Amino acid sequence: MTLSAVPKVATHEAHATHERTAARLTVNHLSAYYGSSLAVGDVTIEFEPNKITALIGPSGCGKSTLIRCLNRMHEVIRNARAEGEVILEGENIYSPDADPVRLRRRIGMVFQKPNPFPTMSIFDNVIAGLKLNAGTHRGVDYGAIVENSLRQAALWDEVKDKLKQSGASLSGGQQQRLCIARALAVEPEVLLLDEPCSALDPIATLKIEELLQQLVEKYTLIMVTHNMQQAARCSEKTAFMLADEKRVGRLVEYSQTSEIFTRPKDKRTEDYISGRFG
Amino acid sequence: MAQAQPLVPQLDRTALISAEKTRYARRQLTNTIASGLMFFLTAVSVSVLFIILAYIFINGISTLFPVVDGHLTFNLDFFIKPPESNLDGTTGGGVAQAILGTIEILIVAGIIAVPLGVGAAIYLSEYGTGFLVNTLNFTIDLLAGLPSVVVGLFVLAAFIGNLALIKIFPHFAGLAGSFALIIVMVPIIARSVEQILRLVPDSLREAGLALGMPKWRVILQIVLPTVAGGITTGIMLSLARAAGETAPVLLTILGQQFISTDLLQPMDALPIRIYKYATTGQPDLIPKAWAGTMVLVIVIALFSIAVRYVTGRNRYDA
Repeated sequence: MTLSAVPKVATHEAHATHERTAARLTVNHLSAYYGSSLAVGDVTIEFEPNKITALIGPSGCGKSTLIRCLNRMHEVIRNARAEGEVILEGENIYSPDADPVRLRRRIGMVFQKPNPFPTMSIFDNVIAGLKLNAGTHRGVDYGAIVENSLRQAALWDEVKDKLKQSGASLSGGQQQRLCIARALAVEPEVLLLDEPCSALDPIATLKIEELLQQLVEKYTLIMVTHNMQQAARCSEKTAFMLADEKRVGRLVEYSQTSEIFTRPKDKRTEDYISGRFG
Repeated sequence: MAQAQPLVPQLDRTALISAEKTRYARRQLTNTIASGLMFFLTAVSVSVLFIILAYIFINGISTLFPVVDGHLTFNLDFFIKPPESNLDGTTGGGVAQAILGTIEILIVAGIIAVPLGVGAAIYLSEYGTGFLVNTLNFTIDLLAGLPSVVVGLFVLAAFIGNLALIKIFPHFAGLAGSFALIIVMVPIIARSVEQILRLVPDSLREAGLALGMPKWRVILQIVLPTVAGGITTGIMLSLARAAGETAPVLLTILGQQFISTDLLQPMDALPIRIYKYATTGQPDLIPKAWAGTMVLVIVIALFSIAVRYVTGRNRYDA
């Protein structure tokens, strides 16, 4: 693992005292492996705060693997590991003394399939990340946090009268917004979305997309999407990834979304966005 | 292109249809025969159970519900009294000491076996990797396949009496029976709980981890509650199995004619009582053996029904 050349700036405690802001995330020469096979090779990219960055590319290009490396969820898979640097506001999250558990409270994640905790109520789902963290929680006003998070996720009006019901009783789109609310309750600085709409119908998708436009005012949003129209509709910047002949995912092109979709610099990007493959 | 050959050669449709009808009739016949055979085989396997159950009930019911002076009565003594010898040479009382003994030994065994088995299952499913897990799984399979008489003999030889390897008990004792039943229960619990934990989708674990929960909390507060029903099933099944084990308790707790709740003394258990009554050769004790069997079968059936009830309501359970 490459050691961080960047000095550690802030500890988590220091971070916790000041107001939460969207964070800048810089990826330097990141490679991700499953066992001995390289899945994502040498990606260098910078995600800017208060912007939606879309990661697009055909299946198997490593976009999900890349996004999972950003909050160290990649290594949760058996035999999976990553090399390189991911710098969150000056701190390398892959430095040996970085704690992945703490990191994941700063970089939240929403998955492809809505995955509310089936044994918990809507209320408990939202505060699960806070409640099940280590440490004491005396004097925490959970009610306010739940309302605030659900409002941010544009779900409050739909569920405010049934907070005690199971999270599994909601529709797919509502479940996904519940998962967003759950991630927001922890007050992250970056929110990773791994194809958040691919299991949803068009109306639920539209709602999530509108929601993202509001959330971008407070968070750094990085979204993997299979859907080029979605990337074009909601993102400010777009990164195009493609697997090379050895099936290693590479970053091909990264720039303003408008540039990517109107004046792609790389031939492969042009072929992909014009629907010639993928 | 006007005179193009038809892509499909013209065939005699009537002949084709009639041939297809014949084939269809043959397929239907084969299907009927095959499914009939499967049903027959299933019926044979299941009927064995019903024959045994019926036989036990026919033989046991007259002891539990004797007809006295033309009235059907309930033999409460059988449940609340130990064996008694009457002056006229007949025997009275019942299996109270055996019921108490079974319950006590099972509770003690369960208190130790459940955390051990569940803990092993959590390790195997959530933490262990590769070679170690395969080795441990193989060991657990071996342990589960160990003949129960071997377990009883082991506890006897290792812990009981002056010649024991580690002398824990000076003589047969209820606690030694619990030891033996722990060895019977742990692999059953570990195996069934591990299978159930593997059914929990990884997406749930990832949801917890991605929220910044430590792994142990994800396991304790997300994974385990999701399959609480399935875990209960595994525990119940192991208890039902242990309740019916004869050899491990016979070789460790000896049996007891009197009510005794002291775990350091010889105790009684239902399988032992059944075994003893059935092998004494005393004609009036044989019906008591049947009645004891009936009680044991009912207890185990209740366990199974409870298992069904609990698992019927959970999503990710086996």
